[in-house]
Amino acid sequence: MPRVLLIEDDPSVREGVELGLRRRGHEVRAAATGEAGLAALAEFRPDLLLLDLMLPGMNGVQVCRQVREHSQLPIIMLTARGDDFDVVIGLEAGADDYIVKPARPEVIEARIRAVLRRLDDSGPGRPAIEVYGELTIDRAGLTVTKAGRPLTLAPSELKLLLHLAAAPEQVFSRQQLLEHVWEHSFTADARLVDACVARLRGKIEDEVGSPRYVQTLRGFGYRFGPL
Amino acid sequence: MTSGEQRSRVRVFGLRARLLLAFLVVAAISAGTTAALTYREARSALLQTAQDTAVTSFRDRVQQTGFSLPLPREDLEGVLRDIARMGKPHPWVVFAEYGSIRASSGENPVSTVITPELRRAARANPHGSFERVVKDGVPYLTIAMPTVFKAGPDSVLPSGIVLYAVMRMTDEQLNVDALLMAGRDGALPGLAVALIPGLIAARSVLRPVRKLRQAALSMGSGRLDTRIPVRGSDELADLARTFNESTGQLERSVRELREAEERARRFASDVSHELRTPLAGMLAVTEVLDEDADGLDADTARAVRLISAETGKLAVLVEDLMEISRFDARAAELNADEVDVAEAIRKTLQNRHWTDDRVRVELPDGIRARLDPRRFDVVIANLVGNALRHGGAPVTVSLHTEHLGAEAHSPGTAVLITEVADSGPGIQPAVLPHIFDRFYKADAARTRSAGSGLGLAITLENVKLHGGTIRAGNLPGGGAVFTVEIPLHTEEADG
Repeated sequence: MPRVLLIEDDPSVREGVELGLRRRGHEVRAAATGEAGLAALAEFRPDLLLLDLMLPGMNGVQVCRQVREHSQLPIIMLTARGDDFDVVIGLEAGADDYIVKPARPEVIEARIRAVLRRLDDSGPGRPAIEVYGELTIDRAGLTVTKAGRPLTLAPSELKLLLHLAAAPEQVFSRQQLLEHVWEHSFTADARLVDACVARLRGKIEDEVGSPRYVQTLRGFGYRFGPL
Repeated sequence: MTSGEQRSRVRVFGLRARLLLAFLVVAAISAGTTAALTYREARSALLQTAQDTAVTSFRDRVQQTGFSLPLPREDLEGVLRDIARMGKPHPWVVFAEYGSIRASSGENPVSTVITPELRRAARANPHGSFERVVKDGVPYLTIAMPTVFKAGPDSVLPSGIVLYAVMRMTDEQLNVDALLMAGRDGALPGLAVALIPGLIAARSVLRPVRKLRQAALSMGSGRLDTRIPVRGSDELADLARTFNESTGQLERSVRELREAEERARRFASDVSHELRTPLAGMLAVTEVLDEDADGLDADTARAVRLISAETGKLAVLVEDLMEISRFDARAAELNADEVDVAEAIRKTLQNRHWTDDRVRVELPDGIRARLDPRRFDVVIANLVGNALRHGGAPVTVSLHTEHLGAEAHSPGTAVLITEVADSGPGIQPAVLPHIFDRFYKADAARTRSAGSGLGLAITLENVKLHGGTIRAGNLPGGGAVFTVEIPLHTEEADG
C-alpha cells in the first residue's frame, strides 16, 4: 500500500482523513503545516503527497512549488469546490490532481490509485524507446530527454505525454484525456488538462507560444505532432 | 431610436404645439383688437372730419344765401348751382325741395340717394341733419338743411325750402381701406414674430421636461444614481429638486435592500464554508463507523449508522448550499468544452449506476455541443435522480436538436433539447410553478426528501448558465417530463 503524506491544518480533517486512509491500509503521516510537511518529506519518503492548499504560514501553493523543484512526487491537492482560483493556481504550481472536500475515503483512495497507476499502453509491437524530433521517450524506463538532456516531468505530465505520443497526430478531447490519463469521469474540471498541458509545454517545447509537440485544435482538443 | 422618442415625434398636440398655439392665439387676439380699435377710431375720425367740414360749410352756404319767396324754379336752380360750386371738402350736388318744386344743381332734379328718413329728420331739426348712405358700393354723405327766416329777435320759422347736399366720400373710403390693409399687414408679421418668443418659452419649458424624462428613463434602466442639474428657482426647478430627492431616497432604500440581501447571501455562504470543514473530517470517518457498527450492540449500531447516513446527507446539502450561493453571488463559471452529448449522458448514467432497465435512453449519436461537462452532468443526474425518486421507473432520457424559428431564408437558432420523462403520476398543477423553488416540498407531510431540496434549483441555475431554459410539465398519458433547451454554439468552436 502506498505511503501517503498528508499536509492539512484543520485537525478534524487531518485526523479524519488519516484515520480513513489508515483503515484502508495506507501508511499515513500527517503534518499540520507546510514547513512540518516538507521536513517530514525526506525522512518519511512518501509515495504521494496529499496537500491542502489553504495552510497557515507557508501555503499549499508554495509547498507544491518547492516539492516540484527537485521531485517527481505525485501531488494531489485538497480543495473546496468554488475556490476556483485556488484550483488553477495549485494546478499551475505542479499538482497532478485535485480532490474536492469534503470527500469520502473511498474517493480519496480512488484518486490516489489513479495518480499512481502506470499507463498500460506499452503494446508488444512498440519499441521501448521512441524518438520524436529532439524528444526521446523511454516507455520502459519512464524517462524523457530533450536533445539528450533528461527532463523532470511530474507524473501527470509524463502520463499525458505518453498517452498523446502513443497515437501521434490523433486528436484527443479534453474529456477523453481526463478519462484516460486522470481516470476522471465527466465530473472533473477540464482545466486540469489545460494546466497540465501548459506545464508540459513549458518543459518540452522550444517556444511555448507556438507548440510543436503538443498542439491545440481549438474546439476539439490536443494532439501530438505532426512534427 | 427608442420608442419614447418615436412617441414624441408622432405626438401632434404636444406641449410645444400647445404652447405655440397659445402664444399665437394671444398675439392674434391682441393684434386683432388693437387693429380693430385703431381702425374704428381712425375711420370715424376721418369720416367725422370730412362730414363736419361738409355739414358746416353747407350750413354756412345755405345761411348766406338769401331766398326771396316766391322763388321760380329757374332762379332756384341758379342759387343751387352757386352753392354747388363751393362744395367742401369735395364737390357736392345740391338739391332743393319746396312744396312740389324739385330742383338740383345737377341733371336730375331728384336724388336717388336721399332717404325718406333724412327727409323726416330735416323737417324735425331746423339745424340740419346728415346721413351716410352706401349706394351701389359708393359711399355718400347726404346733408339736409331746411332754410329759415327770422320771425323775431329770437325765433326763426322754417321757410319750407329744404336743401340737400349729396357728396361722394370715395377718398375717405380709400383712406379707410388703406387703414384696414395697414392693420392686416401689420398684424400678420406680428403673429409670425410672436412665434419666436413662443418657441423660446416652449424650449425653456421643454428642456427641463426632456431632461426629466431622460433621467426617469435612466432610472428605469437601473442607474439609480441619476440626478438632474437644478437651474433657476421656477416650478420646473422645484420639480427637478423633488425628483432628485426622491431618487436619492429610492437609491438609499435599494442600497439598503441590496446590502441586506448581500449579507444574507454571504451568511449562507459563510455558514456553508464553516460547516464544510468539520463535515470533511466527519465524512472521512463514516466508513469506519459503518464497518465497525456490526460489532456493536444493537442500539449503538443503529445510532452509529444514523450518524453515518446523516453525515453523508449533510455533506450533500452543504455542497448544494455552497453551489447555490455561488450562483447567487454570480461567481459560477461556465467551463465549456465541446462534447459528444449522447456520450456525456451515458457517462452520467453509468457513474450513478443507472444502467439497468429503470432508465431508458434515446440518444442519437453525433450531436456535439459546447457544454460545461461537469454542470451538464449535474443537470442530467439531478433530473434522472428526481424522476426516479418522485416519479417512477422507467425513466426515459431522450435527446434531439431543433431549429427554433427556422424559416426558408434563415436556419433559426439551433437548440439542443434533452427530455427526461418518468412513468409516475405526474406533477400536480398547483406544484408546477414552484417546482424549481429552493427547498420546495410538493408534499407537506414529507418534511425531508432524499435530496437536499436544492437539486432542481441548482439544475435550473446550471441550465441558465448555459443560456438555456428548463420547464416541467406532464405527459398526456401521465408522468412528468422535464425539458432542457440549450442553444448550440458549435460554429464558435469551429472558428
